[in-house]
Amino acid sequence: MPKNEAIKKVLVIGSGPIVIGQAAEFDYAGAQACRVLKSQGINVVLANSNPATIMTDSALADEIYLEPLTEETIARIIEKERPDGLLAGLGGQTALTVAMQLYENGVLQKYGVKFLGSDIEAIKKAEDRESFKETMQKIGQPCVPSAIAHDVDAALAAAKDIGYPVIVRPAYTLGGSGGGIAQDAEELAKIAFTGLEMSPITQILVEKCISGWKEIEFETMRDAAGNVIAVCSMENFDPVGIHTGDSIVVAPTLTLSDKEFQMLRSASLDIISALGIVGGCNCQFALDPDSFEYAVIEVNPRVSRSSALASKATGYPIAKISTMLAIGYNLDEIKNEITGKTCALFEPALDYVVVKLPKWPFDKFIGSSRRLGTQMKATGEVMAIGQTFTEALMKAVRGVEINLDSLNAEPVSGDDILTRLGMQDDMRVFTVFEALKAGVTEETVHRITGIDGYFISCLKEAADLEKEIRENELTDALYLKAKKSGFPDTYIKRLTKAEKLPAFDYSYKMVDTCAAEFAAETPYFYSCADADCESRSISRSGKPVIMVLGSGPIRIGQGIEFDYSSVHCVWTLKEMGYDVVIVNNNPETVSTDYDTANRLYFEPLTEEDILNIVKVERPIGVVVAFGGQTAIKLAKTLDSAGVTILGTSAESIDIAEDRERFDAFLGSIDMKRPKAVSVESTEEALVAAKILGYPVLLRPSYVIGGQGMSVVRSADDLKTYMDAITRDISNSVLVDKYMPGTELEVDCISDGSTVLIPGIMEHIERAGIHSGDSIAVYPPYNLSETLTKKICDVSIKIARGLGTKGIVNIQYLVFENELYVIEVNPRASRTVPYISKVTGIPMIELASRVMLGERLADLGYKEGLAKSARYYAVKVPVFSFEKISDANSIMGPEMKSTGEVLGIGRTKAEALYKGLCASGIDVHTGKEPGKGILISVEDYDYSDAIKLAEKFTDLGMHIYATPDTAAAIRARGMEVTMAHNIWDNNDIYDLIETGKVNYVVYTGAVMDVSVGDFRLLYRKAMNAHIPCMTSIDTALALADVISASYDQKNTHLVDINH
Amino acid sequence: MKKAYLILENGTVFEGYKIGADKETVGEVVFTTGMCGYLETLTDPSYAGQIVVQTFPLIGNYGVIPQDFEGECAVKGYVVRTLCDAPSNFRSEYKLDEFLKQRGVCGICGIDTRRLTRIIREQGVMNGAICDGMISDLSAVKEYNVTGVVPLVSCREAYEKSALTEEKFRVALIDYGAKKSIIECLRARGCRVKVFPHGVSAETVLAYDPDGIMLSNGPGDPEENVCEIEQIKKLIGKKPLFGICLGHQLTALAMGGKTVKLKYGHHGANQPVSEIGTDRTYITSQNHNYAVVADSLAGVGKETFVNADDGSSEGVEYKGLNAFTVQFHPEANSGPHDTEFLFDRFLKMMEGCKNA
Repeated sequence: MPKNEAIKKVLVIGSGPIVIGQAAEFDYAGAQACRVLKSQGINVVLANSNPATIMTDSALADEIYLEPLTEETIARIIEKERPDGLLAGLGGQTALTVAMQLYENGVLQKYGVKFLGSDIEAIKKAEDRESFKETMQKIGQPCVPSAIAHDVDAALAAAKDIGYPVIVRPAYTLGGSGGGIAQDAEELAKIAFTGLEMSPITQILVEKCISGWKEIEFETMRDAAGNVIAVCSMENFDPVGIHTGDSIVVAPTLTLSDKEFQMLRSASLDIISALGIVGGCNCQFALDPDSFEYAVIEVNPRVSRSSALASKATGYPIAKISTMLAIGYNLDEIKNEITGKTCALFEPALDYVVVKLPKWPFDKFIGSSRRLGTQMKATGEVMAIGQTFTEALMKAVRGVEINLDSLNAEPVSGDDILTRLGMQDDMRVFTVFEALKAGVTEETVHRITGIDGYFISCLKEAADLEKEIRENELTDALYLKAKKSGFPDTYIKRLTKAEKLPAFDYSYKMVDTCAAEFAAETPYFYSCADADCESRSISRSGKPVIMVLGSGPIRIGQGIEFDYSSVHCVWTLKEMGYDVVIVNNNPETVSTDYDTANRLYFEPLTEEDILNIVKVERPIGVVVAFGGQTAIKLAKTLDSAGVTILGTSAESIDIAEDRERFDAFLGSIDMKRPKAVSVESTEEALVAAKILGYPVLLRPSYVIGGQGMSVVRSADDLKTYMDAITRDISNSVLVDKYMPGTELEVDCISDGSTVLIPGIMEHIERAGIHSGDSIAVYPPYNLSETLTKKICDVSIKIARGLGTKGIVNIQYLVFENELYVIEVNPRASRTVPYISKVTGIPMIELASRVMLGERLADLGYKEGLAKSARYYAVKVPVFSFEKISDANSIMGPEMKSTGEVLGIGRTKAEALYKGLCASGIDVHTGKEPGKGILISVEDYDYSDAIKLAEKFTDLGMHIYATPDTAAAIRARGMEVTMAHNIWDNNDIYDLIETGKVNYVVYTGAVMDVSVGDFRLLYRKAMNAHIPCMTSIDTALALADVISASYDQKNTHLVDINH
Repeated sequence: MKKAYLILENGTVFEGYKIGADKETVGEVVFTTGMCGYLETLTDPSYAGQIVVQTFPLIGNYGVIPQDFEGECAVKGYVVRTLCDAPSNFRSEYKLDEFLKQRGVCGICGIDTRRLTRIIREQGVMNGAICDGMISDLSAVKEYNVTGVVPLVSCREAYEKSALTEEKFRVALIDYGAKKSIIECLRARGCRVKVFPHGVSAETVLAYDPDGIMLSNGPGDPEENVCEIEQIKKLIGKKPLFGICLGHQLTALAMGGKTVKLKYGHHGANQPVSEIGTDRTYITSQNHNYAVVADSLAGVGKETFVNADDGSSEGVEYKGLNAFTVQFHPEANSGPHDTEFLFDRFLKMMEGCKNA
């Protein structure tokens, strides 16, 4: 069937903020969907609260709402925009859940909105465990023995029938939140309780544990005519038991015979046919490695992280095709863009192997359990393409930015090797390698880990090769063998005695969906050690080449916003007439879509890999300013290799990054920084702290995203910190005077003479909380004219003084009316996408153009601060503590949020209200009888706590407080109910569980024993959906929002495109 | 490992390592894009006379599983990028290298199979040799021709296989190099199958009094099989008839149609085939170098399936004669089982005739 012409206007719902389990893949999917719809002449209305996305760009949709993705708000958007159709299958579980609610409550029916793609009943059949099981039974597809439970007793009874161990899977949660494996009744009672709490419908599945079975996935597509294809098969390196998002995944499957493969492929196609899916669908299976027995684990009736991976692994654009299917086309009516000849109804043939490696946040959550299970913990992932599993794995490992270029990693615990092999943690692949090197047999490794012998033998081969290089002379043949196995030169150099390595050039092969069966037209490349290079032989436009470096895997501190910047840079450069090459290794992103740049190199962002691409592409320059720290840290190497860095020079970058040179620079423009002393030992730190005066800010000297930073208020805390940090870091530690002032942030664009400041942001939380975790307000709400002017003057001086050509981010601190510079980042920052969207100033486009020599004046921009936009915009951080449940969630100088949302409003309070709602915080009106707020703070926060208590009392809320805090508040004559501390009794838990408090405010020492208690408190509050704030500033702002009496019905819906 | 060379008739040389039997070989080089199913490929008699190149780089991962063999291994040579030395699968009995040695098949590994595939794609199917050293005179390679291969892979004597379920029909299958799965698909549906050698006369077949006739797949140029085509002329219309691959081509020739050699054929498990007159397209398993020219059957046979990629003919129905044939492999193995329903159609046809 051709396109449904009745559909002229479509509402697309995005996935909201980046959280663990829902990352950039939905921006990639959503952006593809928007582009398809627009190209089909359909009016696109977009709702997404995440400002860092490409899909919320003015070019991608007609009406754009950066509004909370709640049922109420989306209903209002529907009422206002009256779309013909709703596309929710590309916005992850978030969009699907909202869409289901809109359907259940009759909103879609009321406004005649057609649900596009798979129909609602099909989705319900797949999502609801009971009806899914029923459907599977009907078509003879085996499921894992399981039972639904709505309470703990039912779960225990079910487990008794099924037999332990059992897996608990809560219904309708993201990334398997709240699930786990229980070995016995005692464990089950605990996990079932959490799982039930996490499930929005209080339902869990108790399932037979089939650990040790292979985990196999198929990405499938179906059209309305019933045509079905399996786009890609994937196999998990780890057997069942570790969430697929936390598993190393290979594509295609490598250990299945055709009989097993076709059995599961047919099963997946039967399943999507029975469900009546229209679009993409992910089917997960468990397969007994010793028989043909299998079970359907899960079906996701939408595009997903796996479908993004499958798209990048095969070149088949699942999201794009899903959108085409949703608006009425059939698969055979759509062309395969890669070959330009064949149709979209085919199954890609790969002639390479793809390995996906997760990126975990354990470096940010030191002390959190690294154990992997049914609950996903990874924030992002990298993908690598190679001719063998080992080659691809080696690329993935060096690309995932964990300071490794081989499989040799330091163990994270002191346990013996066999014990560590049994641990299902993020280190497992390295532990296996270590074990094989230590002489543990492949059989033993298989017995302990359950990993298939094929993968183990690949690792054994790599271990043998390492030994061969170490023990033999490095002949050309041996070197080539190492390169074919993906060994980087740095690794080979460490192993061999050879001074000089043989001459070598990587070749680049094309990803073409068809294993070279047809001539492909899409330049998507990966490196290998063959002689034949397809990239060198393809025809080129002859235009000058520019290479843009991407930002690698999504992690805390470096998220989707850097992909936004990279992609915008690519688009601008293409428009300017350059031949643009992008290098990145993150399969979830728009930047790695094959038609974003003129050529895509899916490669790790390391020195060797990049320099090899430079050899092929011979760019006139490389852009490092938009790929976060990943790209900027390559500037020096590229520069010394004679490669032109476009924009700000490598020299200027070094001045901004090197603390001593930076201090000298600040001195030259007469600016101050908070006083800092570099120390090498605890004794020196104690002396420095005494001179500066407590509190002090401590941090290792080279850090990203505030890693390892802490505010310390006493000598004892300082000692604890130094003990902990010197264990992990050999570098010196910086001791700064901690000044709890107001933080401000600006991004400047400079063409070398003119400096444009699109906007200034003010943070709600005082200094000491990482800027990525602060609520940031545009424009500033509490900044005097004098200081505004001073900030502009200083920013211009810094941008000019550093010789910035392009973009620079500057963070300021105002303390006791004095302005300090905290840091300068000579690159695009996290705030760029949202300031661009709010102000309408295309910051990356301007930055890209000035890098290439254009003048701001010619582009229509003047020096200085741009005129403020019509609206207030508030960026609110979003955390993923549901996933890393044992993480310390107290805000501090170390960044912990995984994503952000934006609230846009006519007033600061309205914008903040929307931002809080979008971030998942319920803003209660103060008028609910018997509701209150619990305050528990350290003594240095008493004066603020009193202010807070006053505000909430005025709002009609009751104040609960822990004994000392209560005493301080009561001393001011306010009514307060004392609650005992957690270690004394259950007062606080009772308050939370009986719903007496709507909010918890807690401040406390970050490193002392009470952190453990706080974690328990936080978890309790989180499960009860009670926001737990660890900065009084956040709570004070919340009080202001409550008093402004906004609700989801009376806010002003803002279409930022008009 | 011993050095080896793959030398194409156009003079291109690939240096790699010898696998399988320690000998040299000449054959027609074809590539298959199937990502798994190397055992079925190696034992598919349709590859007789050919050197098979696997475009997927990792081969042999699940070892050798004799239950999965489709027939005799008739390939002339085997080309892979990486041959697995440590297979892993619960049914695996030994390494693929041993299999090649046992069957006297030599091969080469460690070469850039993608480059080789691109050469064949650009220049068309060509001959090649796997040798231990360089050869300067390529005339023997150039002169090689895949010919007389059907007799090599067909059974010598007729034999009968019982139905696996309650017997409903008797099917006479003419074996031009039949894959086991065709026989198994029929048996699973309640057919007793009598397998006849390629040269069987129409009279002998009809004397068996079958409910239907199955013409199998097989290797080589269809036009060579002059006697076989003559027999089909005598069989068509007499009994319900279903032809697969070579069986499809021979039927077309028997009906006065033409076949043509494709540039590099279709070998793989991902070929889309549209059923004409419906909105359905199926993913199919394919292995052929020749195709039926649809126009040549105008007025005789109706085109039922067409390749969605290149428009080549994939199926014909001979109205009023109770005969239909397909170019692709509904019996799968290796490849998708999505068109197995064609066997059900064949059964329905037999049932219709039986009841008529």
